[in-house]
Amino acid sequence: MAMIRINNLTKYYGDFCAVNNISLEIKKGEVLGLLGPNGAGKTTTLRILTCYMPPTSGTITVGDYNIHDHPLEIKRMIGYLPESAPLYHDMLVYDYLGFVADIRGLKDNRKEERIRELSQTCGLKEVMHRPIGELSKGYKQRVGLAHAMMGDPEILILDEPTSGLDPNQIVEIREIIKRIGRERTVILSTHILSEVEATCDRVVILHRGRIVADDRTEALRTSAGDRRNIRLTLQGAKAEDVSKVLSGIEGIYSVGAGGPEDGAIRFTLTCDPKKDVRADIYRAIKAHDWIILEFYQETRTLESVFRELTGEG
Amino acid sequence: MGLFLNWRHLLRKEFRGFFVSPIAYIVICVFLVVSGWFFFSTFFIFNQAEMRDFFQLLPIILVFIIPAITMRQFSEEINIGSYELLTTMPVTFPDVIIGKFIASLCFVAIMLFPTVAYAVFISLLGELDWGPVIGGYIGALFLGASFVSIGLFASALSRNQIIAFIIGMTICFFLTIIDKMLFFLPESLLGLFQYIGADYHFRNISKGIIDSRDLLYFITVSFIGLYSTHLVLEQRRR
Repeated sequence: MAMIRINNLTKYYGDFCAVNNISLEIKKGEVLGLLGPNGAGKTTTLRILTCYMPPTSGTITVGDYNIHDHPLEIKRMIGYLPESAPLYHDMLVYDYLGFVADIRGLKDNRKEERIRELSQTCGLKEVMHRPIGELSKGYKQRVGLAHAMMGDPEILILDEPTSGLDPNQIVEIREIIKRIGRERTVILSTHILSEVEATCDRVVILHRGRIVADDRTEALRTSAGDRRNIRLTLQGAKAEDVSKVLSGIEGIYSVGAGGPEDGAIRFTLTCDPKKDVRADIYRAIKAHDWIILEFYQETRTLESVFRELTGEG
Repeated sequence: MGLFLNWRHLLRKEFRGFFVSPIAYIVICVFLVVSGWFFFSTFFIFNQAEMRDFFQLLPIILVFIIPAITMRQFSEEINIGSYELLTTMPVTFPDVIIGKFIASLCFVAIMLFPTVAYAVFISLLGELDWGPVIGGYIGALFLGASFVSIGLFASALSRNQIIAFIIGMTICFFLTIIDKMLFFLPESLLGLFQYIGADYHFRNISKGIIDSRDLLYFITVSFIGLYSTHLVLEQRRR
């Protein structure tokens, strides 16, 4: 069941096309990573989804509502943390969270309880009675996260939630996102690839306002591309013999051998990605008196996928 | 939930917002010093127990003070980006505008309140006619509402508070002095331009005559100001 349906969404700023005819469905309970270089259209897409600005054409439906006719209902379902958490500098953290709770329609006793819960979850206890303007960037980001989570929304939208945080805080925030992601729909935009690998079930890569990839995080890493590499290091073998034996196996395109190091030779096998040849390789090696020191399939990093899809030229 | 439900929370937030920064206290002090000094510098010369001079002075002081109160309302939000947080919460533009409008108007009322002491003080010196004084304060609130709505409109136009102040002040100033410029105008337009002038309507009320036409004028100006603010915010979304 699709929670969010984006249909042919297009947004122009003057002559500049920020989002170019994208369509996307996001299921309930999915953690979706929106990835892309700067200016790819991530923030614009999120801003349209949160009813901050209307699209030039196309529409988005959230549940039973669409952004043109029922923005208020959609806003009620969504908790949104904009990029770099632009909060009121003069307000105290506690007052600000109270204000958000009021807007989200929490009643008095529930409100106190919820603020306490969130100060716990987001680690805000020490700063509750300080003005937001005096906080460090990491704390501001956490206040922003508490802001987004206040109404216990069905959909959580986070625009670069970990930018400006130190590595410990990043881990904490990722944990929070994962925890929420078990019951809620989460969309997070980022250009940090490891973040997507650590938190998201699914990745959508945007480039120049278009979707260039949309797949499960795992699938995108292993199956993209037209070849896969297997690394092999053997001891007590001759390069020619190994090449002869292994090139005989169906699905292996070529065998490259490196120079001998301490009596071992390093091979790189290029194979058909649709066929798993590892068992065949093992059997072939077993038939000879070669010692396996290393044997692994190279998975492509998300970085290389990303560069391939969004690189210039 | 209805359309206008969240304005009360916004009102409370905006109203508190005035008093956490020192600007509010500075504005109130400046207002009291300026109005008090101008009023009392001539008060004893005329030797009359009345506040007419004070209410004559008030519109031109409010022209400068009120845009200073409202200039940050939208400009600052747009500038630091909290505007995005605010408008992606379940609130509507009318909620936001009404909240800011009433908060600013309450602030104007609080600013005016200490000057009631002048009236009390004068009533000790002589026989004070309270009618025009009460009328004057009612008129000041209506005038304040008009200027606040114009100030909000100016604030929505720019992310720069200084520009918002100057635009707001210019419009308020124009409305205040227009009926003093009547001798430049052809006779056929006199009535119209006199009616446009805010000072003309304020003078009527501050004489103690509360006429529905004058109140209607201020309500109309406030409405136009607030509606224009709404249009500017709608336009800003594109």
